Amino acid sequence: MPKEVIHQFNVEFLSVLDEKGKVDSKLMPKLNGENIKKMFELMKLTRILDEKALKLQREGRLGTYASCLGQEATHIGSAFALGKEDFVFPSFREQGVYLSRNIPIDQYLAYWKGDERGMKFTKDANIFTVSIPVGSHMLHAMGYSWACKIKKESRAVITYFGDGATSEGDFHEAMNFASVFEVPLVFICQNNQYAISLPVNKQTKAQTIAQKAIAYGMYGIRVDGNDVFAMYRATKEALERAKKGKPTLIEALTYRRGDHTTSDDSKKYRTDREVNQWKKKDPIDRLRNYMSSKKLWAQDYEDELDKKFNEEIDEAVKKMESLEAPKREEIFNYMYSELTDNLKEQQNEK
Amino acid sequence: MKANLVQAINMALSQEMEKDKSIVLLGEDVGIDGGVFRVTEGLFQKYKDRVFDTPLAESGIVGSSIGLALNGLKPIPEIQFEGFLMPALDQIISHASRIRNRSRGMFNVPLVVRSPFGGGIKALEHHSDSPETYFIHTPGLKVVIPSRPYDAKGLLISAIRDPDPVIFFEPKKIYRAFKEEVPEKEYTIPLGKANIIKQGEDLTIITYGSWVRETLKAIKDSKYNIEVIDLRTLKPLDTKAILNSVSRTGRCIIVHEAPKTLGLASEIIALINEKELLSLEAPIQRVTGYDIVVPLPKLEKYYMPNIDRIKKAIDKVMSF
Repeated sequence: MPKEVIHQFNVEFLSVLDEKGKVDSKLMPKLNGENIKKMFELMKLTRILDEKALKLQREGRLGTYASCLGQEATHIGSAFALGKEDFVFPSFREQGVYLSRNIPIDQYLAYWKGDERGMKFTKDANIFTVSIPVGSHMLHAMGYSWACKIKKESRAVITYFGDGATSEGDFHEAMNFASVFEVPLVFICQNNQYAISLPVNKQTKAQTIAQKAIAYGMYGIRVDGNDVFAMYRATKEALERAKKGKPTLIEALTYRRGDHTTSDDSKKYRTDREVNQWKKKDPIDRLRNYMSSKKLWAQDYEDELDKKFNEEIDEAVKKMESLEAPKREEIFNYMYSELTDNLKEQQNEK
Repeated sequence: MKANLVQAINMALSQEMEKDKSIVLLGEDVGIDGGVFRVTEGLFQKYKDRVFDTPLAESGIVGSSIGLALNGLKPIPEIQFEGFLMPALDQIISHASRIRNRSRGMFNVPLVVRSPFGGGIKALEHHSDSPETYFIHTPGLKVVIPSRPYDAKGLLISAIRDPDPVIFFEPKKIYRAFKEEVPEKEYTIPLGKANIIKQGEDLTIITYGSWVRETLKAIKDSKYNIEVIDLRTLKPLDTKAILNSVSRTGRCIIVHEAPKTLGLASEIIALINEKELLSLEAPIQRVTGYDIVVPLPKLEKYYMPNIDRIKKAIDKVMSF
């Protein structure tokens, strides 16, 4: 008996806004001018904050910092699709997502300065702390969304991670559990082409990351991650699907234009030429071109934004730097619901 | 009612699930099959929408449990054997134990990881280990090991109601070894409190889990008046009970099945040295597993502590 094809699968790619700022009107999501300006402003804020954070780090005023330069559309496009009640499990390079959830800038910077208080968010922010061990937090998103289902809550959960995380076993377990238990979860892989120095073609021999969804009986799609409209549309659709018990994997194709962190030097493993090619696909430039063509943008509008955001961030830096120093006893206080005798004794050692 | 360890744990789970609708059970074969040791038998039939058979992935089970807990549920994952806990160690050590601290108290992870542990049941490799040290060593966790059905019920209920992550090890060797009276009414045994099983003045033996029973056998006809402490909670450790006892007896033996190096006995000895050194009349002895892989059934008896080894240690400490 000859072999026969029993299943065939396709991988879709979604792009709405091209590099010159033209949109495919059939795919353009419903967004009014105000929404589009808000997206632009959040992307600008993310970039200005990122630049400022790098500067602060170089001046010794911030600890190790992971830049998100070039990935702003992935953050803002997806986070813009979230409802206030939806919940987010970020990795550690999702500045734009935190800003979209209205996390105070001074608090966010405090964390990167090495202050745990920076990760104490109010519950209604509906976003979780940074998670450092790559790939391990998708399972928390899985469990959280599972609880949404068990408790019959009508909200969904998003988790962000990078291309490197897809090699971790927990990625597989989270994808598998999510599909098996039909939870309201959206996986967003920021395929920014590098896991520190390892390029994605050495991370996996799969042609796309999106196709990994197929093996779990899940819908997966590759999206132009530097296209804020495509990210918004794909995420919006995925969230709706998620609420019906169908999780999605979105592969956001983007590029980490900065170093992995301030402790990394990416010149060791990639060329300026490559980086410059991606500069031409800059997500903010593309959106600006579109807005300009729709008369949603003017130079003085952007100048004012720059001024306003710089002032806002400077103010936040001041606030962060004048924050009262945390006290020694705090290092013991959050290990358990109540201090154990053992910890009381250690706390009292002087 | 008269109940063995399995029945006592089952009763605790069932009664707490009845009372607290946020409790969910999950793990491999815990649902329709009732678990490989039948600890969760009947619970799926009773609480169908809160007992989940999961895919075979321990990190997935514990990692998902963390997420369930973060969204207000009380997950009680079962890991089928302690030897299969290792893939979940990352989730336990890197996250469950740290999230309260990381979020400065905004989130906590009230989960209870249940797992059978220990040897003596003639099992395959990875089915007879005593890995409690890994968890005792991890800040942010609590570790509980019952030695008898009555305690198992009261400790498990406390563990379930505790807002912190608890590792609850069940000594599988005594799952069905004996029955005792276990009240059907609800009761709790506080975490962090040891139980002085037998009072004595000559010597303190500190142990936990299945070794409480073996220790009592070993001292049955002893000419010495021996105090036996069942720790019940390994973390946080009831240091007061240990120090009070040793300050009176001046002699101490610690019995556990886990490997010797950095087993809990090491910490107890360090504690006594720091705080009660001058009460000691003799060097403290350890009767523990050796620093080797637990052998397969044919050689397993050479690994395990046993009554003879406990008796020899008693002679040594008493004749010093």
